This record gives sequence, C-alpha cells and structure tokens, in this order.
Amino acid sequence: MSDNPERELRVSKIRDGTVIDHITAGQALNVLAILGIDGSGGEEVSVGMNVPSDRLGRKDIVKVEGRELSQDEVDVLSLIAPAASINIVRDYEVVEKARVTRPTFVSGVLSCPNANCISTQGEPVESRFEVLDDAVRCVYCDTIIREDLPERIDV
Amino acid sequence: MRHDHLISAKQLTRQDIEGVLDRAASFAEDGGGGHEDHLLGLLFFEPSTRTKMSFDTAMKRLGGDTVDMGSVESSSVKKGESLADTVRVVAGYTDAIVLRHPSEGAAKLASEFVDVPIINAGDGAGQHPTQTLLDLYTIRENAGLDDLTIGIMGDLKYGRTVHSLAAALTNFDTRQHFISPESLRLPRGVRYDLHETGAQVREHTGLEEVLPELDVLYVTRIQRERFPDENEYRQVAGQYRIDAATLEAAKDDLTVMHPLPRVDEIAADVDETTHATYFEQAHNGVPVRMALLDAMLGGGGE
Repeated sequence: MSDNPERELRVSKIRDGTVIDHITAGQALNVLAILGIDGSGGEEVSVGMNVPSDRLGRKDIVKVEGRELSQDEVDVLSLIAPAASINIVRDYEVVEKARVTRPTFVSGVLSCPNANCISTQGEPVESRFEVLDDAVRCVYCDTIIREDLPERIDV
Repeated sequence: MRHDHLISAKQLTRQDIEGVLDRAASFAEDGGGGHEDHLLGLLFFEPSTRTKMSFDTAMKRLGGDTVDMGSVESSSVKKGESLADTVRVVAGYTDAIVLRHPSEGAAKLASEFVDVPIINAGDGAGQHPTQTLLDLYTIRENAGLDDLTIGIMGDLKYGRTVHSLAAALTNFDTRQHFISPESLRLPRGVRYDLHETGAQVREHTGLEEVLPELDVLYVTRIQRERFPDENEYRQVAGQYRIDAATLEAAKDDLTVMHPLPRVDEIAADVDETTHATYFEQAHNGVPVRMALLDAMLGGGGE
C-alpha cells in the first residue's frame, strides 16, 4: 500500500487489460502509438506522465482496458521503455507481471529510415533490426536508429 | 574460407583473408582450372566494367563459364520482377551468383532466398567485399598488412569500397585515417563497428595533416550527384584532389590506390610516379576473384 493513496488514485484501476508501468518518463504517448491507440477506436485508456517513481525518479504509466499485449508489441516497447513492467489484469487482479526484456532482433515492427534500403522496396521480406545497447540496426543496410526510434515504429 | 555467402567484409577473418590472398598469389603465378562443370550467374543491376569483367574472366580462367542477365532494360526486372524472384530463378541455373545492385542490403536479401552462394559485388552505398580482397592483395604486395598507416580519402559516406576496406583492416595491425569533407564522413554504422573492434581510427578534413605518416593513400571519387549545389561540389572536390606536387610531402614508398573509375581526384601526372598503384590494383581483381570463387565453389581449382 502506498503512503500516499491520493497519488495512487490519479490513475484508476482497470478490470481487464494491461498496465504498463515504469515507462521512461515522457514516452507514454509513444507507447500508445506503438499500441495503435489514438482514441478513435474507443479504447478506455488511462495515462500518467512524469509521476514520481522510487526506481526511475519519474515515470509514465499506461493502463489499457480490455487489451492484452502481444509479444511483438512488448518487444518494441522494450526499445523505448527498457525498464517497463507489464501487468496483465483480469477481474481487477494482476494475473501476470513481467519486466520487458530487450530481444536480440525485432522483425516487422520498425521501418528502415534509409530510403535506399532493400527492405523498403517492396521485396517479400519484413524489416529486421538487431537490437544494440542503446539503438537498433537494420540487418539489411546497417543503418543505426537511435534518437528517432519512436518515429520508425510500424506496429 | 567457410561461408555460404559473401555479403559483407565484416564476415571476413584474418585467416579467411590470408587464405584467399595466398591462393590468389598462386593463381597469379600458375593460372587456374578445375571448375569446368561450374557456371556463375552475373546479375548486375548497375553498370560495371571492372567488377563484372574480372568475375567473368576469373570464372573462365578457372575453366568454368558464366551466364549474364544483361542490362536491366533487357531483363524481367524491367517488367517489375522482384529481386527475390530473380535470384530464385537464376539460382536454378547456376552454381553461384555475383550480384551488383543499387540498393543497400540487396545481397543480404538475395542470400535469404537461394541455396547457391551469393557474392556481393556492391550494394548501393553499403559494401563491396570482393573489391576489398583485391585491395588487401595490392596493399600486401606493396606495403604488407601489419604495422601499416593507411589514409582513406574522399566520399566516405557513400563509398562502399571504403566501408568494406575499413572493416577488413580491423583484422590487422593498422592505423586508419579517414579524410573527407564533414558532409561525407563515415556513416554511423561503420563508425560503430570500428569502435566496437577497438580499431585505431582518426578523422580529418585535410590530407596535409596526415600525408607524411601514410604508407598507403586510398583515394575515392567525391560524387558530384551527392551535392545539391554544383558550386559546393566544386569547392569540396578541389580540396581532395592530389597531383604529383601534393605527393612530394609523402613518404617515398607511399602506395596510392583508387578503386576506379577516377574522374579528376588523381591528376594524370601521378600515373608517372612510383606511387601509382591503381592499375595494378585493378589487374589484381582477376586472381583474387579466382581464389574467392575457388573457395566458394568447393576448392576444385588446381
């Protein structure tokens, strides 16, 4: 139980869905973009931004009602929110809790920014990126994406 | 060498490189043979003179033969066929494919669709590993491959020969100096790999500060089409042109190389100096590619 219940209540509990906690501060809207949530689909979403965190100092938090994340989505989340935890909630109870882990490769979830890369030219392949410590690298053309990674997300 | 495909110079170990160069030296001395049953597919989606002709020559000198897609205009590519489909078809006709393509990553993609070896003969601004093997052969003949200070000058951003050479040189005891305009510095991916291998690397905007130290100067063309403004191109290109007078500040045994074609970055008066090695470098393409094909096709050569 938190020492400050009012702070906890800023973001309401969900019945069924996913709570993504410990998102790097300022990345919540990118997380929503990865999940393809822009409000037009009618999803019930709660967002906390720059809230205090013992572990991160400041963090973002996203709660999505009625939606459990796929592994692809979790893989991409790990690229912009490496400390995030994923809590699957059913009937108000957390039934699964896991930290994201950075995969070695991600496929089909990012587009290469190099317009001359073969993966962008209609060939029958998915984009594929090697995950580095602080960036990702296209396995076809070697282009490294670091700062503008959220803009390249395709999910 | 035990690779199914040759896509990038990053694949090559010192042992791989020395194996190919030693074999190339033997082919240069004694000629080849032993591949009479082998057929090599030449898929050149971009114009090429030296690379294509030297692969064609190398295969024929090994006793084998080649089939050539011809120009893009006369092929099914013109009808919109994907690269993946083209290589799958040609792989059914041949024992190995040499691929030149204007897009980065083309050889990597091709390798995912076929069982025969793919040899990357240049993919856009990406890699050109067979050029690197003949570059290393030439460097070894003229300056050795260890305790070497090499300057690489010109378009380092889009120069695929540079990207491959830089990667391969990390297998040896070398100090690499990169000389270019700010706008044409090495791309991030190449710098990342050099950093990861702990290579000794320095970057410069002017040749004069490093020229006296160099054992090898590798010059590449600054490509006019990379500059939106013609005046900007002229200003930059002029700073990276060498002539015989420039080389008076160099060591007597400096080796000057260029993957060719040159435009005006090396003046004709350099050709008459003992530094000029670029034509020898081009000639070395045949024995080196013979050695590479021999290794990738199963070492049937004599």
